Amino acid sequence: MSREPIIRFDRVSKRFGDFTVLDNLDFQVQPNEKVTIIGPSGSGKSTVLRVLMTLEPINEGVVYVGGDPLWHEYRRNNELSPARGAHLRRMRERLGMVFQQFNLFPHMTVRRNLTEAPRRVLGLSRAEADERAHELLELVNLGNQADKYPGQLSGGQQQRVGVARALMMRPRIMLFDEPTSALDPELVGEVLKVIRQLADTHDLTMLMVTHEMHFARQISDRVCFFDQGRILEQGPPEEILSSPKEARTREFLHAVLNPDE
Amino acid sequence: MLFGYAWDTSGFWPFVISIMPILLIGLWVTLKATVIGFAIALVLGLLLAALKAAPTRLIAWPARAITEFIRDTPLLIQLFFLFYVLPDFGLTLPAFMTGALALGLQYSAYTSEVYRAGLEAVPRGQREAARALSMAPGRTFTHIILPQAIPRIIPALGNYLVSIMKDVPVLSVVTVLEMLNVARIIGDRTFNYLVPLTIVGILYLLLTLIAAWGIRWLDTHLPSHGVALK
Repeated sequence: MSREPIIRFDRVSKRFGDFTVLDNLDFQVQPNEKVTIIGPSGSGKSTVLRVLMTLEPINEGVVYVGGDPLWHEYRRNNELSPARGAHLRRMRERLGMVFQQFNLFPHMTVRRNLTEAPRRVLGLSRAEADERAHELLELVNLGNQADKYPGQLSGGQQQRVGVARALMMRPRIMLFDEPTSALDPELVGEVLKVIRQLADTHDLTMLMVTHEMHFARQISDRVCFFDQGRILEQGPPEEILSSPKEARTREFLHAVLNPDE
Repeated sequence: MLFGYAWDTSGFWPFVISIMPILLIGLWVTLKATVIGFAIALVLGLLLAALKAAPTRLIAWPARAITEFIRDTPLLIQLFFLFYVLPDFGLTLPAFMTGALALGLQYSAYTSEVYRAGLEAVPRGQREAARALSMAPGRTFTHIILPQAIPRIIPALGNYLVSIMKDVPVLSVVTVLEMLNVARIIGDRTFNYLVPLTIVGILYLLLTLIAAWGIRWLDTHLPSHGVALK
């Protein structure tokens, strides 16, 4: 893997008060790579996604997305200094995010949820945006739900709208933050199916936090086990999920796969 | 005689009928003061709420202090201040405008808190989703946050509309001829307070009921666009 990584965390630290969420983290993702992040709560796995989506600032280190610093800008003398709003807005367009709680806009129809940002941010015409929305709703099997409001849809349908909405901006990187954790068990499958289809048919770099180990095994090129703000162990899914080297990973996997013990 | 209308004290009903036009002129003044005061409170309150939400303390703290000051001093003091003290600084407003301004100022402190609470009740995920879609902060506020806050804000604002209406009689101390003041003058001159004061009470009750009904109507018709009512 000699290619330039599309995501690179260079000694990144993030603290909430006294609590260190990311601890001197080094982490890289190659273009088109599908990476699953697993780990106990508080291990910093969601924070990695939120830092990338510019929802949480970092305290130390540099994050690169597509070769450019995310939270910094180059000034004269090639020195890095904290990024300004315009830079963050530009960088954000490279990423799309699917949230655990969907975060659809409840006062807008499904179509409007999809077209609002592309029209205002990318300057698409109404026809162009509607066309793109139609294609993506077909992709997530919701072609006939465009005029409904999120409240009229099931959780699984809402999350599929969430996926389509993130794709509307044509990001190079998709971030999935526990996309099925808020769903009723019988609705998990339809969302995972859409994500799997996306992974197979689109040239997307995908970074996903999930507790669906079976799914992680199917979809990922690499699984990273996070513990206390660092990557404790990473590798191909068969290796990490079947024969982890670290005791902490084994404990975690045992607890996740056997919740009633 | 008041506003060119003479009263007829020959009997109960003739008296009621003869003072009605006079009281209705007073009612019109009351309504105008309510509407103008409320409009000022809505705009000024939004401004205060925006300032209080400012990221820098340099702006947020004075705005909070102003809100607290306005809220913790009586309307009457603010009214006297605007009416008697401002002219010393070369700013003289008609009594009616001074009154409406005082009402608006006092209630802007309350409405700003209503706005703040309404905006804070919108889940954080909404802002984050807008941010993840690269939407500009201004547009996020006007198109994502505000529409969801409005159904939470409207009922509370409606209560203050009724409250302002009931505070209008305070303006009589700076000579505004609103409804209650008019009724008092009629009583002073005819020695019959019972009838004009009772009519004013009934008119106030009617106004309040109409306002309450209007608010309820808005309340049920606003969230038709999928805005969740909490």
